[in-house]
Amino acid sequence: MKITRDEVIHVAALARLCVAGDDIDRMADQVGDILSYVETLSRVDTTGVPPTAHAIDINNAFRDDTPGRHLDNAGALANAPEAEDGLFVVPRII
Amino acid sequence: MQLYELTIHEARDLLEKKEISALELTESVLARIDAVDDKTDAYLTVTADTARARAKAADKAIAGGTAGPLAGIPLAIKDLICTRGVRTTCASKILSDFVPPYDAAVMERLSTAGAVMVGKVNMDEFAMGSSTENSAFKNTKNPWDLTRVPGGSSGGSAAAVVADMCLGALGSDTGGSIRQPASHCGVVGLKPTYGRVSRFGLVAYASSLDQIGPLAKDVTDAAILSGVISGYDRRDSTSADRPVPDYGAALAGDVTGRTIGIPEEYFNSKGIDPDVRAAVENAISALKDAGAKCIDISLPHTPYAVAAYYLIAPAEASSNLARYDGVKYGFRDMSATALSDMYTASRSAGFGPEVQRRIILGTYALSAGYYDAYYKKASQVRTLIINDFKNAFKKCDVIAGPVAPTPAFSLGEKTQDPLTMYLSDIFTLSANLAGIPGLSVPCGFSKSGLPIGLQLMGNYFDEAILFDTALCVERAMGIAHKRPRL
Repeated sequence: MKITRDEVIHVAALARLCVAGDDIDRMADQVGDILSYVETLSRVDTTGVPPTAHAIDINNAFRDDTPGRHLDNAGALANAPEAEDGLFVVPRII
Repeated sequence: MQLYELTIHEARDLLEKKEISALELTESVLARIDAVDDKTDAYLTVTADTARARAKAADKAIAGGTAGPLAGIPLAIKDLICTRGVRTTCASKILSDFVPPYDAAVMERLSTAGAVMVGKVNMDEFAMGSSTENSAFKNTKNPWDLTRVPGGSSGGSAAAVVADMCLGALGSDTGGSIRQPASHCGVVGLKPTYGRVSRFGLVAYASSLDQIGPLAKDVTDAAILSGVISGYDRRDSTSADRPVPDYGAALAGDVTGRTIGIPEEYFNSKGIDPDVRAAVENAISALKDAGAKCIDISLPHTPYAVAAYYLIAPAEASSNLARYDGVKYGFRDMSATALSDMYTASRSAGFGPEVQRRIILGTYALSAGYYDAYYKKASQVRTLIINDFKNAFKKCDVIAGPVAPTPAFSLGEKTQDPLTMYLSDIFTLSANLAGIPGLSVPCGFSKSGLPIGLQLMGNYFDEAILFDTALCVERAMGIAHKRPRL
C-alpha cells in the first residue's frame, strides 16, 4: 500500500470529502495501485527539463476593461440551493 | 431510406433543394430516438419541443435564403456543454438539477449556423472514464453489441451518432474521450488542437487538456462541424486567435506525396489486440497504395504518457471541482447545520466514486512534500512527450496508429480496477498532453463485428491535413455507411 488509511482520510478532508468504512481501504488500495504505477516516471531523466503547464504558447490574454451585459441577480441565484433577498444562503459559518 | 439515416452534407443538399423540410428531418430523428434509445440509453434529456421550434425557424431561413451552414441539422450535445435553459448534468448527481443561465460558446456558434439540438447525451461523470459506466444516471450500450460499452467519456455522443439518433454530435476530449468512443462505435471523431475551439461554457475537468470536438457519420461531416465550432473567443483565455480554414473545401482525399509516420511504440505494445493490429495495418497499406509515403518514427516517451496524464489530469480536476460547494448551484445536503460540514456532506454525496478517487489522487499529488515528485515530474515528462512529437513532425506530416488497444470491452469488465481502465487510454493521452489534434476514422471490424478506428495525429492547427488523410482512408475502406441493426 503506497498510501495509508490515515493519509486517505487526511487528503480527502483537504478536498472536503468524507471517506468512511470499507471505502477507506478500497480507496487506499486503488489510489495506492495508481501511485505505484506512476512511479515509472522516476525512470525518466528530467534533469534540466522545464515543466509544461500548457501545451500551446500562451501569453496573458488581456481585454479592455469595458462594461458589458452580465448575468443579473435573479439569473445568478436561479440555481442556488437556498437564496433570500437576492443573496445566497449558507448554514452558520462559526 | 429514412431521413434520420442521412449525413449532414446529404441532408444539407436535400434541404437546399427543398426536397425535404427541416421539420420532417427533425421529426424523423425524434421518432428514431423514441424507437431505439430504450436499447442504447444514449440520451439524458430530449428537447423535442425546442427542436421542433428551431426546425421551423430553419425552414423559414432556408425559404428566405438566409440559412446558415447547419440550418435544420439535428445534433446531440454531450451533457457537459452548457445549454441555456436546458439541464446540464455532467452525468453527476451534484449537477442533476443544474440549468445553465447561458450558452457555451460552441452552442452560440451552432445556433448562429442554424443547427437544431435534439438533446443532451450521456457520458462518464465529469468526463472521467473510458466507458460511460461512470454516469450517475445510466449505462449507455454500444449499438453494435448491447452487452458492450460505447467507450467514453463521450459514449452517449458516439452511440447517438452511429444509431442514427442525430446527424452529428459534440463531445469533449481530455485524454481520448472523443476518439476512443468514436473508434468503439464506428464513427469519425476529432479532438482539435488545444485552443482551436472555445472552452467557454464547457464544464471544466482538466483545463490544460480539455477540448470540444465533433463526432460524425463521415469525414466530410466532421470537417463541416469543426468549421462551425472553431475560432477565437475572448472569453476563453487559451483560445487561439488565428483564422479557421474552410475544412470542407480543402477535402480532396489525395495523399500523394504525403509522409505518414508510423510510431513503433504504438505497435510494440503488449496489449494490442490482433484484430486491431490487422485493421490498422490494413488502413496504413491503403494509404500507401493511394500514394502516401510511410516511414517508421519513434515517440520514445509513449510508455510514460499514462502515468503523466493520471497525475496532471487529477491534479487539475481537484482544483476545478473545488467549485462544487453546494452554495451557488448544484446539490446541497440540507441536513448539515454548519458550513464546513455542508461542503463535505454535499460533495461526498454528490460526486461518484471515480470523481472522488481522482480528486483525492490529485489533491495528494499537489500536496506539500509530494508536489515535486508527482505533479512537477509529470509536467517535465509532458515536455519530453511534446518534444517527441516536435521531432516526429520534422520527418512526417501525419502520424498513424491505433486509437485503442482493443475493440469495445464488455459492460462491467473493467469497473472494479481503475488502473486497468486507465491503461486502455494509452494511445490517445499523448495528443492531449502535447495539445496536437487527433482524429479517429473507422478502418475495419473485429472478427466479432465490432468497429475499429485508425488514429491520425497532426501538427498544431493541422486539422485540415487530418481530414484529408482520413477521407482517403474512408474511401479506401468503404465502410462509412455501415450501421448496427437495432
